Amino acid sequence: MFARKDLLGLRDLSEDEIMTILETAKIMKEKIDNPSLRSDELKKSSIVTMFYENSTRTRMSFMLAGDYLGAMVKDLGVATSSVNKGESLIDTGKTLDQMGINVMIIRHRMTGAADVLARNVNASVINAGDGSNEHPTQALLDLFTIMDYKKHFDGLNVTILGDISHSRVARSNAFGLTKLGANVTLAGPSTLISGSMRSLGVDVTSDIKGAIANADVIMGLRIQFERQKNMPFPGLREYSSLFGINAETLKSAKKDVLIMHPGPVNRGVELATEVVDGKNSVINIQVKNGVAVRMAILKLLTDANR
Amino acid sequence: MKLLIKGGRVIDPANGVDSVKDVLVNGGSIELVDDNISSEADEVIDAAGKWVVPGLIDLHVHLREPGYERKETIKTGSMAAAAGGFTTICAMPNTNPVTDNEIVVEYIKLKAEREAAVNVLPIGAITKGQNGEELADIGRMAAVGACALSEDGKSVENAALMKTALKYAGMFALPVFDHCEDKLLAGKGQINAGDRAALLGLKGISCDSEEVIVSRDMILAQSVGAPIHLCHISTAGSVELIRQAKERGVKVTAEATPHHFTLSEEDITEYDANFKMNPPLRSKKDVEAIKQALKDNIIEVIATDHAPHHIDEKNCEFENAANGIIGLETALPLAITELVEGGWLTEYELVEKMSANPARILGRSDIGNLSVGSRADITVIDPDREYCIDKEKMYSKGKNTPFHGRRVKGIAACTIVGGRVAAEYGRLR
Ligand SMILES: [Zn+2]
Repeated sequence: MFARKDLLGLRDLSEDEIMTILETAKIMKEKIDNPSLRSDELKKSSIVTMFYENSTRTRMSFMLAGDYLGAMVKDLGVATSSVNKGESLIDTGKTLDQMGINVMIIRHRMTGAADVLARNVNASVINAGDGSNEHPTQALLDLFTIMDYKKHFDGLNVTILGDISHSRVARSNAFGLTKLGANVTLAGPSTLISGSMRSLGVDVTSDIKGAIANADVIMGLRIQFERQKNMPFPGLREYSSLFGINAETLKSAKKDVLIMHPGPVNRGVELATEVVDGKNSVINIQVKNGVAVRMAILKLLTDANR
Repeated sequence: MKLLIKGGRVIDPANGVDSVKDVLVNGGSIELVDDNISSEADEVIDAAGKWVVPGLIDLHVHLREPGYERKETIKTGSMAAAAGGFTTICAMPNTNPVTDNEIVVEYIKLKAEREAAVNVLPIGAITKGQNGEELADIGRMAAVGACALSEDGKSVENAALMKTALKYAGMFALPVFDHCEDKLLAGKGQINAGDRAALLGLKGISCDSEEVIVSRDMILAQSVGAPIHLCHISTAGSVELIRQAKERGVKVTAEATPHHFTLSEEDITEYDANFKMNPPLRSKKDVEAIKQALKDNIIEVIATDHAPHHIDEKNCEFENAANGIIGLETALPLAITELVEGGWLTEYELVEKMSANPARILGRSDIGNLSVGSRADITVIDPDREYCIDKEKMYSKGKNTPFHGRRVKGIAACTIVGGRVAAEYGRLR
């Protein structure tokens, strides 16, 4: 059962709710491959994407998910809207509410932005990433992909590698995976991980070799640092040589390890090209699963709030 | 006009007094404190079962005027002070324009004279525009009655300039109130760097960002032989540093706010900006250390850091929300409930930290005590009244408090400012 107004994060979702989303996504996935199965079950729904932070791929994924279910999907066009004239997030939300929007999908650079919006509007709010907090649809598509290949979560070793301390993807996955019984290891250079994340029930380590050795799943996160003061590591060259995954380092991993990445990949930094395109990589499958999971979420939220 | 306060427990730490006595006020000053005064009076206040204490003094208040009158004004802020039992409040200089010259100091004094319900003492900025680049007009501000210097809201980043300021301020006997925060270490942090930040996905503010400056500025103060007063201490590490500095003879005093001894990071409810303040709510271990430091007199002052904000500045994205909470109308009940009822402080020690000690730091002998001839600033406290804090009943323009609905014990039954009753039981007369 799914009876929520909003989807803000995995922290507050129960195991049952997560499984309901994943099961629904299974049905949705067929509609992507087979256009004749596409439906208009969300025909009466209006959806708006509000991307205060750019992400063409996530926004497209949501818009297509809405399209495949027959919903009306619009983009707020944050760059050109009154947001730039200083309108507050709450006022923007209330305005959209009055215009009859049923679902607001928000991406924002500030932690808690989706939460604030949800508290102030009648529409359902989907968090498409807020600050360093959560990115629930990404984690759900990751869970869906893992379930597809591994069939279960219990006792599975999942290693998430990279810029952990600022990663909402790592956090949402940590919440979701631990609820489903997986062992989660967050790994990266000491300056990109935070010991206090252990309180979320995960392992935190800078021992990359150890983190790879027993992993059933390795998830690389995008490393992107502008040259700046207080760089947390000396440079990309050093990063890739010490913390990047390549064919050589992968030799110590399990034969059937899944290589995942939320994209877009920095080839040659967090993952070498031969790993991105290698036989263990499911990075492209994740993209398709992303649309399926977002269809499932739109459907479940709409049904729950009719 | 004569006022007689009968039969209360007079707690006057500056004079070492704690016994049942009467207090007679004549005009604006205290005429007599004695066992049984039978003089005629225009008004008699029955203080049986209550504490009669020197009017409370708050060293750390943001009145927001001039410049941010939509948050608070000298009038509304001082009304909140009177309602909360305070008779003297020190106004922080992060106004607009910044209180960095004698004209703004004079403006605040003039407005206060005309509109304020309690005594308002302006604090001057340490540097011009609080920009940390050159000294503000310190001597000229001192000449027109600035009571202290502070860069509150931030530290003076340049250690050499801070050292110069401490040395220069000493010449005018102006205390320096130091907000301790290394900006780069604090980074973009929103709440304490700890489990709660990990859970909520908010960036953390580490304890070292406070402790580095606490340490630096005590060393600077010692180096120039000047006193220094540290604002809103929030970490166990800072407490330890202050303890050590006192042992080696540094002239350091420190304050703690009611929220830092009442709440911890674990109380932060999801993205409710009424829990956002600077320094942030720390861990339970830090809260214990603050209470122990109050008990050990490592921290000798309770100050509110009353920081009113407009609702729009709190009802928004947590990261966009302004720092701080209101405190004038909640400080006394929280202090009684948490510290006296909680067994950390005696009534006498509490009164000392809210009157005698702040007066001593300000170098004032006419307030913070009940000596004959002192200003008739007196607070009568009913320590037994139990109730729930209600932000809607407050006089402050700001309603930004995490304490709404909290059950507390103790209230200012009567606030007397300059010999006149200004407020009773949270209501202005
Ligand atoms: Zn401050």
